[in-house]
Amino acid sequence: MSASDNNALTDLTVTEIRDGVADGSFTAREVAEGFNAAVAAAKSLNAFIVETPEKALAAADAVDARRAKGEPLGLMGGVPIGMKDLFCTEGVQSTAASHILEGFVPPYESTVSAKLWAAGAGMLGKLNMDQFAMGSSNETSFFGNVISPWRRNDGGNTDLAPGGSSGGSSTAVSARIAPAATGTDTGGSIRQPAAFTGICGIKPTYGRCSRWGVVAFASSLDQAGPMARTVRDCAIMLEAMAGFDPKDATSLDEPVPHWEGALNGDLKGKRIGIPREYRMEGIDPEIDKSWEAGKAWLRDAGAEIVDISLPHTQYALPAYYIIAPAEASSNLARYDGVRYGLRDLPEGAGLQDMYAATRAAGFGPEVKRRIMIGTYVLSAGFYDAYYTQAQKVRALIARDFERAWEACDLILAPTAPSAAFGLGEKSDDPIAMYLNDVFAVPASLAGLPAMSVPAGLNGQGLPLGLQIIGKPLDEQGVLDAGLAIEQRAAFDARPQEWWT
Amino acid sequence: MSDYRIQGETGDWEVVIGLEVHAQIATKAKLFSGASTEFGAEPNTQVSLVDAAMPGMLPVPNRECVRQAVRTGMALGASINRYSRFDRKNYFYADLPQGYQISQLYHPIVGEGQITVSLDEKNPDAATKSIGVERIHIEQDAGKLMHDQHPTMSYVDLNRSGVALMEIVSKPDMASPAEAGAYVRKLRAILRYVGSCDGNMEQGSMRADVNVSVRKPGDELGTRTETKNVNSVRFVQAVIEQEAKRQVALIESGGTVVQETRLYDPDRNETRSMRSKEDAHDYRYFPDPDLLPLELDDAFLAECRESLPELPDAKQARYESVLGLTPYNAATLIADADTARWFEALMAEGARIQRKDEKEVATASANWLLGELYGALNRLGLSLADSPVSPERGAELIALVADGTISGSIAKQVFEIMLETGDPAGKIVEDKGLKQTSDTGAIEAVVAKVLADNEDKVAQYRDGKEALFGFFVGQTMKAMQGKANPQVVNEILRKSL
Repeated sequence: MSASDNNALTDLTVTEIRDGVADGSFTAREVAEGFNAAVAAAKSLNAFIVETPEKALAAADAVDARRAKGEPLGLMGGVPIGMKDLFCTEGVQSTAASHILEGFVPPYESTVSAKLWAAGAGMLGKLNMDQFAMGSSNETSFFGNVISPWRRNDGGNTDLAPGGSSGGSSTAVSARIAPAATGTDTGGSIRQPAAFTGICGIKPTYGRCSRWGVVAFASSLDQAGPMARTVRDCAIMLEAMAGFDPKDATSLDEPVPHWEGALNGDLKGKRIGIPREYRMEGIDPEIDKSWEAGKAWLRDAGAEIVDISLPHTQYALPAYYIIAPAEASSNLARYDGVRYGLRDLPEGAGLQDMYAATRAAGFGPEVKRRIMIGTYVLSAGFYDAYYTQAQKVRALIARDFERAWEACDLILAPTAPSAAFGLGEKSDDPIAMYLNDVFAVPASLAGLPAMSVPAGLNGQGLPLGLQIIGKPLDEQGVLDAGLAIEQRAAFDARPQEWWT
Repeated sequence: MSDYRIQGETGDWEVVIGLEVHAQIATKAKLFSGASTEFGAEPNTQVSLVDAAMPGMLPVPNRECVRQAVRTGMALGASINRYSRFDRKNYFYADLPQGYQISQLYHPIVGEGQITVSLDEKNPDAATKSIGVERIHIEQDAGKLMHDQHPTMSYVDLNRSGVALMEIVSKPDMASPAEAGAYVRKLRAILRYVGSCDGNMEQGSMRADVNVSVRKPGDELGTRTETKNVNSVRFVQAVIEQEAKRQVALIESGGTVVQETRLYDPDRNETRSMRSKEDAHDYRYFPDPDLLPLELDDAFLAECRESLPELPDAKQARYESVLGLTPYNAATLIADADTARWFEALMAEGARIQRKDEKEVATASANWLLGELYGALNRLGLSLADSPVSPERGAELIALVADGTISGSIAKQVFEIMLETGDPAGKIVEDKGLKQTSDTGAIEAVVAKVLADNEDKVAQYRDGKEALFGFFVGQTMKAMQGKANPQVVNEILRKSL
């Protein structure tokens, strides 16, 4: 196999790899070798925390052996993927990109990753991310920034943010060092990085994918989902990831539809809602333009465009930044240096000193900020003013959507208020950073399925994403609308390969 | 009203007591993980990934724990909340792997109920008092720190981490150590009847936080202290006594009681401050986002209710009114679920082999159990559970007396042999030839000999010294080695004299 053939293989989508392995056009091992080489050559992107080429090869060989015996290869048979480091993987370091879990090797496999391996996927490595999934730019990782493969077309070489928290995932997929990757989305962590890097990503309905074995950030919001280059790839991979898990009490006991098989870009009879509250003052005109294009594409696909109102939208972000840190402050209490991970035990230290030293050394500044915010909003005397109030807002936002579904079947909105920004541009201003999630957070609070698909490039040559939000459990509707946009946007831009 | 008072220098003080009883739910698995709950295992051998709070691990409620809490609530006549929810109680400690305890603060599973206690458990005619139960909620237990295993380190044993507890919170309705003791004993009896907790205080399956305050009669409630983790009824009573005295002395010497958490030191019989309200944690309770609210449906509640056994108060009433037992016997038999079960097995077998109604064998069964058997077990230092004689064997012995095969005094001998050998009563009677004789010819012959050998006493008897009748009975029985039917002996003696 020549290097150029390998390059060709790494250009393939999940669908193409699956089908090509199945029909014998190439072996799973050839695919794995191609991507392993691409991963090894792309270290400057810093997308991976741990590379596991041997895992990718072993999974590929297993698929090739199954094919030789005429056995079924699985939904993801022969497809190597990147695994966000929030997923615990048996025998492979799992850190959530934090120092406090550096060196932690779980003796167990998360449900979602186990399902992917069972479906014939292999692991290229553990993907970098914002620490504990807290961030929108992948600048909070203990293991360094992930660099977006995209560059502005101004001739400069400013390093851009790949989005976050699934920044390693978005970079790996858009740089074609992985055909697909897992992501997790708490308040936009799949959708915003997908938009920043010109790929697709879907956060399914809360409860579709098991949270068992996924390091928790904010339990009531965390959802895993696929990130890949096409809508079809997302449908395939989501089907492999989803399903009821008795080990997660919030898991939905619902059958997993065959989303890929039912994909249909014809939207006749569908009403697409355009929420007027998302049209915010000072919005980037290019974002607005892509939104308009999206409307036109969906109309062209047969859908009817209707104006809707989601009146409590402006309260979503503040409510999110109370609820998510509140849950995080409690979820992260287990990282205490007692049982696993980092322990900082200064000479003569007592238990409290050990906690303080361990957590001071083990958590990055953004994680500490959110733990402190969360601790504050739950503390006596402030609980009602913050946490209770935020929960009320959350209920109102869910009600906004319920009412909107009386007038429409799906909602179209921008994924993020801007294209990718430069690394360091917002890292000193948490509020500016948090505002990046303004369009993503409402669907998270309501637990709704939502997807980002590429809509085109802005004037700087950077990708912009469009977001489709669906009713609970209507991933099919979301994917279908995504497909309709994909077919019309005909997004085929890819980053120039500067990183090898 | 209790007349228990602390005599202070300024007069009498009343004591107000509330108890929070932590009862370990008797299930094989922990509240949110599949790990075992067996007592006494090697440290850290009953710890799942969830109990150790490994990254990404999630709690899943154990339905059986929920069921037992609901059944307990029903047994206390309490309202069952169809909607309840788990909250996180956040604090850092090395025995708390998650950094929070999953509990139920805002929406407990069981609401108000009550427990009726006797104000003098030894006196069946004593007055009773109803003590309110405020709520029952379900929560996780913590692990255990061991400070004596290493010179500078503490060891952590997580076997108990995540074990399911019911916290049964009383109203501040008790006014004396005796009432509190009666409450704990009665609660324990009910839990054992229901089967929701083994009630074993020595093993920590049941322990109490004791809230005590004092006031002058008629005054507002005083400031209370809470003494944690008291693990016997005796200690609960001692804590109340010591704490009430301490508070009275403190107030009378010009001090004020501070709301605080205290610990009881049984060796010195005193309570000690553990932490005051100022150092109290801010637990930052909030609904656990890993868990959905518990919603109980009709079918579940119906199953819980139907599976409840007859409870102590109902049982006592039935023993008295239907079985005709004395109030004392009834109260003694029902005090403990195991005793009642033993008694009912004994009575059922007796009725079966004697072909009688239970009612007809009830009194003899109760008397034998509480008299003969308890006496023997006490002497041997055994509990009822370890009795060398089973209810079936006991019933056989009682039946032999009832049908006249042996006398009561022979029965005592037979019972001793049963205790030693484990043989059935019938076999012992047969082997040792202890069968009672009602053969009038044989008895008449012996009587004739006794009268002939004691002509002087016969004369005295006939002169009016009737008390000598017992002498002749004794001599006859002795001559017949106790095997004569005493009624027949009496009849023949009367005739012959």
